[in-house]
Amino acid sequence: MSEPLIYELGGPGHQGAELPPLDVPDAEEAAGGELPGLPEGLLRKSPPLLPEVTEPEVVRHYTRLSEMNYAIDNGFYPLGSCTMKYNPKRNDAMAALPGFRDLHPLTPEAGAQGALELMARLEAALAEITGMARFSLQPVAGAQGEFTGLSIVRAYHESRGEERTRVIVPDSAHGTNPASAAMAGYQVVEVRSDARGGIDVEDLDRVLGPDVAALMLTNPNTLGLFDERTLEIARRVHEAGALLYYDGANLNAILGLARPGDMGFDIVHLNLHKTFSGPHGGGGPGSGPVGVAAGLERFLPRPLVVKEGDRYRLEWGDPDGLDRPAPESVGKVQAFWGNFAVAVRAYAYVLTLGAEGLRRVAETSVLNANYLMRRLARTFELPYDRPCMHEFVLSGERLKKETGVRVLDVAKRLLDYGLHPGSVYFPLIVEEALMIEPTETESLATLDAYAEALEAIAREAREEPQKLREAPFTTPVRRLDEVAAARRPVLRWSPAGERRA
Amino acid sequence: MRVPEDLRYSREHEWVRLEGDGKARVGITDYAQSELGDVVYVELPEVGRHLEAGEALGVVESVKSVSDVYSPLSGRVLEVNGALAESPEKVNQDPYGEGWMIRLEPDDPAEAEKLLDAAGYRALVEAEGGS
Amino acid sequence: MSYIPQGEAERGRMLEALGLRSVEELYAGLPEEARLRRPLDLPGPMSELELERHLRALAARNADASRAVCFLGAGAYDRWVPAVVDSLVSRGEFLTAYTPYQPEVSQGTLQSIFEYQSMICGLTGLEVANASLYDGASALGEALLMAANVTGRERFLLPATLHPFYREVAEVYARGPRLRLETLPEAGGRIAAGATERVDDGVAAVVVQQPNFLGLIEDPRPLIEAAHARGALAILVVDPVALGLLASPGELGADIAVGEGQPLGSHLQFGGPYLGFLAARERFVRRMPGRIAGQTRDVDGRVGYVLTLQAREQHIRRERATSNVCTNEALVALAASIYLATLGPAGLREVARQSALKARYLAGELAGLPGVRLPLGGPFFDEFVVEFEREAEGVVGAMLEKGFLAGFPLGRVRPGWERRLLVAVTEKRSRAELDGYVAALKEVLAA
Repeated sequence: MSEPLIYELGGPGHQGAELPPLDVPDAEEAAGGELPGLPEGLLRKSPPLLPEVTEPEVVRHYTRLSEMNYAIDNGFYPLGSCTMKYNPKRNDAMAALPGFRDLHPLTPEAGAQGALELMARLEAALAEITGMARFSLQPVAGAQGEFTGLSIVRAYHESRGEERTRVIVPDSAHGTNPASAAMAGYQVVEVRSDARGGIDVEDLDRVLGPDVAALMLTNPNTLGLFDERTLEIARRVHEAGALLYYDGANLNAILGLARPGDMGFDIVHLNLHKTFSGPHGGGGPGSGPVGVAAGLERFLPRPLVVKEGDRYRLEWGDPDGLDRPAPESVGKVQAFWGNFAVAVRAYAYVLTLGAEGLRRVAETSVLNANYLMRRLARTFELPYDRPCMHEFVLSGERLKKETGVRVLDVAKRLLDYGLHPGSVYFPLIVEEALMIEPTETESLATLDAYAEALEAIAREAREEPQKLREAPFTTPVRRLDEVAAARRPVLRWSPAGERRA
Repeated sequence: MRVPEDLRYSREHEWVRLEGDGKARVGITDYAQSELGDVVYVELPEVGRHLEAGEALGVVESVKSVSDVYSPLSGRVLEVNGALAESPEKVNQDPYGEGWMIRLEPDDPAEAEKLLDAAGYRALVEAEGGS
Repeated sequence: MSYIPQGEAERGRMLEALGLRSVEELYAGLPEEARLRRPLDLPGPMSELELERHLRALAARNADASRAVCFLGAGAYDRWVPAVVDSLVSRGEFLTAYTPYQPEVSQGTLQSIFEYQSMICGLTGLEVANASLYDGASALGEALLMAANVTGRERFLLPATLHPFYREVAEVYARGPRLRLETLPEAGGRIAAGATERVDDGVAAVVVQQPNFLGLIEDPRPLIEAAHARGALAILVVDPVALGLLASPGELGADIAVGEGQPLGSHLQFGGPYLGFLAARERFVRRMPGRIAGQTRDVDGRVGYVLTLQAREQHIRRERATSNVCTNEALVALAASIYLATLGPAGLREVARQSALKARYLAGELAGLPGVRLPLGGPFFDEFVVEFEREAEGVVGAMLEKGFLAGFPLGRVRPGWERRLLVAVTEKRSRAELDGYVAALKEVLAA
């Protein structure tokens, strides 16, 4: 199965949509055309290289492409740390209400009361769920939440006249943590994990010091384990004058059961597209709201939604009354107010579940993960053998030693079973890692079927290892040559069929 | 794994060949290339730049990893292997030959004495679990 | 409402298999002091009908562009979105997939990214584009980091005619690596003459927004030349629809182009999700932020697509990555691709042409009203500044009551500009709406 590029479809003069005839005087024939007074050379010389296709050609092309995708709507998608839970359709419908969908971000506040109220209500719900004082919905992805949070860390220390230069990140952390810290201007120091998968507290003492600005912690961490020494870690970090940052990637496991604010975290980012069911869109959009503990509110990005009497408004906090961030705020990270349509879905999600429903989400995600982990621990190794939270990490090291089959091969073979593998080769501290996050929206039958598939593949690895190294066989394309793609990159279609981009 | 006898080696898996004209050629070892896997890109320094021993001279990338390459000697870069831009696979195919990376004017050729000889490098690799 | 398929029976079987009496035991590792021993204080649960009632009531309190006639722009535009765009992007196979980590079952997403990159290159006249960034403003922030990385320099020249919100975002991105952002002054709504003399050997890049924040068309060519003469890069912030008519960044000699992709088939959505696009010269490709899809072949020789040049990215290079971006705006990029494919080069040009002509018509009509003048001269695209004899805020409020989103009061971002309004006209506005705007404004100003 393959689909031509859209540039290879259609032909000259094909057009998928037309505007109504121009209903104002056409100045084109008059002097100067559409843009009178334009200096020569500022008009486009050649038309943009775009496809020329009719509407049916467009629809069939993208429909065929969609059929080459695997998605949550197709089946189980237990990508570790990505929280691929079912994305409720009613939430999409709510975000598509014209009152939200067609609302301009600069609409006068009198004409945006419903949207502002929704933002205020969602912020309050997130504050309650996390135990933080105040949220900003502006960051649009987890990584941008991290960057915003670390910018707040800097603003906080600077406000105290301190210059701290280092941020501590566990060796199990997602790559965005060190990347965000570096973007915010910090040197990254790694802290080791201990034998139980938590932070090695002795190693933490080694790296903590007066130049440390913050520790970034994902809890439960990327091994799917809750750090049992969280409170002790928080105390040590605070004693060193640093702030404690909570990466909310894995909040799903503890909704309604524990709150980062109560554990001593100062700054939190959430992933609304993960925990709060936003569809992932093939890689985005997301939403990464940032919450802070009391005392840090003034550093949040601006504007913030405030309620005065029964009116909502955007508060910039500028002393001159302009639409620009207050001097103590970290500023703006987006042109406008964040990914509002993702926020609408998250708000709808919280409302439909309620407090009890959210707690059941957490408990079921943890039950599902433990059930699947225990079953698969008979087939793969479990590097950290204790109850997990919403996800777990297996290792295929023994399988590799015994059969030469790598966890990558196992993942590829799963595709032949019509199933999506977990995350592979992450976290980096586990050899041949396979990280599985089932989420709460999967049934026992689905979990059993997944386990059976992995067990069958482990048998195949012993009987027909070569077959696994060549898998998959049934997918639209088979293993792709990533080396050739990176050595001689072809990154766009070009008419002459040039080899290089 | 090939470890030619006539070269000197760093602990970071670079080799140096002192050439007859007093200049030095530098690349990464056979062991290093096999650990990296298929090399897809090599970034090299500007000609004329002065490097201290141990300073990063560039990077090698595979599909899923990236590593710094360090200069085993102090000196000025005389030439870089431009062919690697088009054919980074030479680093895998011929690490001690066509896969060379830079040619240096060493500040002090005697600095090479501090590097490992072939036997020393072999022992290092074995200690790291290679063979 | 619940999305949990486990009933009591399944739950019981699972607990039994684990040798547990309750799920609570799985949380034994959480210290007691960290436990929340009360229910969260949240509204709900609501059924779909209750949810819909509540959200419809909130939505009804918004003067959205389907209810009020929209002349607001300033970075977000009420353009026509052909029905085919929404229909295709809501297919679950696109909507509910994630980042294509397993390319064999993600060819739909990967090929669509490759096509999107091709279209962004076609539009900008540049050689390489990434898979998307968050929005136009943060794409500018990323472009600054990229230029600093390429040149090893830290000073940037940003024009006073740049969108002030973009400037704010750029400042945040500049803070970590201590980049210095300097301002090129403005005269008559454009970059003032003499800007080229500010470009020296310490400058990493010069930025020009085209059309600029005030809707005026700049001539970026002298600055681009000056930048190149000094070893600096030229970054253009462009409106993708204007590129249907205006010279592309590639034609002008720019090195990096960024912009806001919302006008390409995305709804206003109160500010997001939007789409940051970034394109550049090929020689900078390994310094680009974000994901990139590339073409290759599978083991059977079939053409296929993968994420490539990943060694730039955070999951491999960690603190040395070109950017921290992971989740991006893939679905919005897909919408932009479908929009651009549907309109094609002729359609995009027509959207740009009609927008420009309608803006010209409205500007002409407004200039004829008593108490209204056009304070800035020179060519503009589809957005322009008008000045009243009173404060624009009050005019906007009164116009909203008449069913018009009149524009953006510039006094909010520029002291001394309280009587000025930024008015945007898209292809979507009919003659009747334009005439209605003029008539309503006449009444408001006469009151």
